[in-house]
Amino acid sequence: MTFFLETLIGGLLAGTMYSLVAIGFVLIYKASGVFNFAQGAMLLFAALTFVSLQEQGLPFALALLLTVAVMALGAIAIERAVLRPLVNRSQITLFMATLGLSFVIEGLAQGLMGAQVRALDLGIDDVPLFIGEVMVSQFDLVAAATAAVLVTVLALLFNSTRIGVSLRAVADDTRAALSVGIDLNRIWQIVWAAAGIVGLVAGLLWGARQGVQFSLSLVVLKALPVLIIGGFTSIGGAIVGGLIVGAAENLAEVYIGAHIGGGITPWFAYVLALAFLYIRPAGLFGERAIERV
Amino acid sequence: MRKSLRRSIAGALLALGASSALPVTAQAAANEQFFPLATYRVGAYASSGIPVWAGMIDYLRYINEVEGGINGVKLVWQECETEWTAEKGIECYERFKNGLNGAPVAVYQPNGAPAAYALADKAAADKIPLITLGYGRTEATDGSVFPYNFPVMLTFYSEASAVVNYIAEREGGFDKLKGKKIATVYHDSAYGRETQGPLALLAEKYGFENLQIPVADPGNEQSAQWRQVRQAKPDWVFLRTWGVSTPVAIKTAARFGFPVERIVGDIWASSDEDVLPAGEAGKGYLALTPYPGGAGFEIHRKIKEHILDKGKSDLKDPKSFGSVYYNSGLVNAAIAVEAIRAGQAKFGQRPLTGDEGRWGLEHLNVDEARLKAIGFAGLMQPLRLSCSDHEGGGAAKVQQWDGAKWNLLTDWVQADRQTLRPLIEAKAAAYAKEKGVTPRDCRAEQ
Amino acid sequence: MTTLSHSLPAAHDSAPVELLRRRLPWALLALLAVAFGLVPWLGNDYWLNAILIPFLVLSLAGLGLNLLTGYTGQTSVGAAGFMAVGAFATYGLLLRVPGLPLPLALAGGGAIAAGVGFLFGIPSNRIKGFYLMVTTLAAQFFLEWVFTKFPWFYNYASSGTISAPRLEVFGHDLHSPTGRYLLTLSCVVLLTWVAVNLVRSQTGRNWMAIRDMDTAAAVIGIPVDRYKRLAFAVSSFYLGVAGALWAFAYLGTASAGSFDINRSFQILFIIIIGGMGSIAGNFVGAAFISLLPLLLNYAGQNLLGGSVDAGQLQNLQKIIFGVLIIAFLIKEPEGLIRLLGNLRERLARWPLRF
Repeated sequence: MTFFLETLIGGLLAGTMYSLVAIGFVLIYKASGVFNFAQGAMLLFAALTFVSLQEQGLPFALALLLTVAVMALGAIAIERAVLRPLVNRSQITLFMATLGLSFVIEGLAQGLMGAQVRALDLGIDDVPLFIGEVMVSQFDLVAAATAAVLVTVLALLFNSTRIGVSLRAVADDTRAALSVGIDLNRIWQIVWAAAGIVGLVAGLLWGARQGVQFSLSLVVLKALPVLIIGGFTSIGGAIVGGLIVGAAENLAEVYIGAHIGGGITPWFAYVLALAFLYIRPAGLFGERAIERV
Repeated sequence: MRKSLRRSIAGALLALGASSALPVTAQAAANEQFFPLATYRVGAYASSGIPVWAGMIDYLRYINEVEGGINGVKLVWQECETEWTAEKGIECYERFKNGLNGAPVAVYQPNGAPAAYALADKAAADKIPLITLGYGRTEATDGSVFPYNFPVMLTFYSEASAVVNYIAEREGGFDKLKGKKIATVYHDSAYGRETQGPLALLAEKYGFENLQIPVADPGNEQSAQWRQVRQAKPDWVFLRTWGVSTPVAIKTAARFGFPVERIVGDIWASSDEDVLPAGEAGKGYLALTPYPGGAGFEIHRKIKEHILDKGKSDLKDPKSFGSVYYNSGLVNAAIAVEAIRAGQAKFGQRPLTGDEGRWGLEHLNVDEARLKAIGFAGLMQPLRLSCSDHEGGGAAKVQQWDGAKWNLLTDWVQADRQTLRPLIEAKAAAYAKEKGVTPRDCRAEQ
Repeated sequence: MTTLSHSLPAAHDSAPVELLRRRLPWALLALLAVAFGLVPWLGNDYWLNAILIPFLVLSLAGLGLNLLTGYTGQTSVGAAGFMAVGAFATYGLLLRVPGLPLPLALAGGGAIAAGVGFLFGIPSNRIKGFYLMVTTLAAQFFLEWVFTKFPWFYNYASSGTISAPRLEVFGHDLHSPTGRYLLTLSCVVLLTWVAVNLVRSQTGRNWMAIRDMDTAAAVIGIPVDRYKRLAFAVSSFYLGVAGALWAFAYLGTASAGSFDINRSFQILFIIIIGGMGSIAGNFVGAAFISLLPLLLNYAGQNLLGGSVDAGQLQNLQKIIFGVLIIAFLIKEPEGLIRLLGNLRERLARWPLRF
């Protein structure tokens, strides 16, 4: 029983790491309808920038601030160069554009900051804690706390600030928002910058877990089932989806995987997402699309 | 006006690109030996690859500039990016196999398991020997079936046996292995599964329990696997991962409270680049390696004096000088050079062709005296290859990470190649049967 | 018959292949003659092995994916998974059914891939658009896992790879570069001809109706579910044959790793850049995707080699590739084939402007 609880709790906590990545996607999709495959590359770029700045000797807070500035500048550049010319194109075209963008960002990241793996030390020791008999990881708890803080901040942003309300307006009906006078380009820049910052947080946590290097950008493939289950347009859904995927994956690997050869983590989350799609095609918290002839 | 300018620029670029695709007729290279360098400098494994190429290029440059080439035959090399994939590996091979400006290819290093498997048949048809140091097909040790495939120095089977021998040494003898549990956490690919066969055989022989736990590629998240390890409580863990799965494994092991001093990493999980990202958790990690880390060997002193300090090194990050991967590049290049030297002893002091390179490899005999002469004493083991033995060595050293550098714990731990030989011969025979290959008679060729 | 076709965007229905055949049939015949007759005679190992064969196989794969995504509108990112099925199925058939001729084995491998594609196409009746991408990703990862995990598929080889069995047709040994090139070329020409006729038939028109608006298509009586599944099956057949050719005619060996998600993306790039909903576009796209990195590589080596570090050169090439993809998507959403069509029209009218 302890083992089951441990697996469950460990899975839930691992899921919050996935949610952190998924939140970045949700932000962009909500405001501009683009599934940003380059989010993984942005994560990598942010983490690499931070680590490189730290290596130059800058203190933690200053490096963080500078990285945020870099991500914001990058967001503006992306909006100008990629989003504006491609406005109104089909979803698949935009997705392909972000795929091309991910190549550019990865090439820049490796070109500017080198390919060697770097350790990222956030000062959190990854040692086991014991709650009763159940073993939990200290790092995972910190990650979960960070996710909670992030979600609260974003919720506050969306509900209480002018920009947040404008974002929701744009997500709801782009044309109506335009007609009310909301500057679409500015909103997109802000959203991509926000996604970049969320990517930075996720990148720092993932980087501390496994070192900052190229395969950091592959976490995006784990975020997709989370988005399917939670819905593309809901941040709360991203959290819930992450928890479900994390728990299910861990439990399945231990209990089902052992019988069919193990190593089932690559596809299990996707098959789960597939099952969810059958029951709820728009995800748990997503918006149902209405088709008109 | 702007449009036509744009168009003319586009046209110029196209023409430039097209013209550069045509073969460049350069000066004909008389008396030069070509070393193709199939590299990977981008992609997921770039961080592991870059120090290797630096080691190779530095050694080749050293041979050229300090020793005047191999008996006067200068070396020329060119790089080709493979991104560790099979199709780019094939493209690079096809581009290089006929040599460069008249300088022929004697040996070819595919530098990547996918390319190595894909090229095995092609290289045999083209009569160019493939050197796969520490990877590749283990059954190619039997040169009677695989005349052009050389898994030199240490195959995966020998590695498995070396680990078992080291663990036996730590436990106090082979009889103490009975009843112990050795868990193998492996990267779920052909690479990771290669050691399952020999470990099963050795488990039966010595009576230890052999647990195999797969990690799906790329191995970012290993909580489930290490939870299983914690549940099973093995005495030792043999880590057969590669790339990012290694630091993640070390960190996850620490998270689940498994002592890192009981984890032995295999040769592709044994470099500085693998343990540094794990930070504090990596202190005490053991690793098996046929080319130990460290910059204190004689060859390092020579290269530092002539290449590194003069700014001619290929290394962009001088901290990598002496890392395990850098040293593997040195050893890789040294084996190729010595093989060509052996071939030149028979065929004359001139550039060699592929078949002559094969002869050189099969008659390679690098003993302790020769190792000392070239500066590799302690860094490389004595090698003796033959027609029926394309591996020639089968030993590795065990080193331990202390947070900043590797400290050697043992001398050469020899694998039990006698026990494993029947397994290898069986696999080679099966391959020969499937492909309709008639094995050579090695005794006749002596 | 063709007078009312201006209501349909020209690029979707009329591939330049068809125009060529209607107006200039001899150009197509000349191209085929060169491909079959001249190239094997002139071509050297490098060109055949490393450039032409992969280009042909990738065009075939792009054609398969185009039938599903370009003509029927079902977004699929699982192309490489179906290629893997074709490769392993063909290998299994050749290994286990003694005396099976190669063409039948290829067709059998394709048929098995079609069956698997049909199965993974079943969810398409409920799941649409972008979400369908997830189903295909599930197929991709699951199939990759299956071919890694179960040694039966690769005959218990410790390397996990399948290698080309004896390639011979009617007694002719095909394992030389020329032989493999001719095998690939014949398959591609045959299957392209089939595809051209398929998209001009009722089936093709139904597919395009489903792509444009499947609710309306259902309203006018097209059995949407059946045609969607048919699209998956036919597309997977093409992908399966392409996978078998990739493994045996090009690489010589293959493993599950040769058919990973990057391959799927590569094929998706081919159809996006070449032109979705166009047959000739696949060839143009495949040429772009397979030849551009080589061109950049050569240009980099010859123009800048020595002065720029090799690693930086690689990163630069990656950036250029990404930028070109974005530029193409911005400039011409209907792909290179449309650009080439415009160029041809402009040339036909030259020196007049309009």
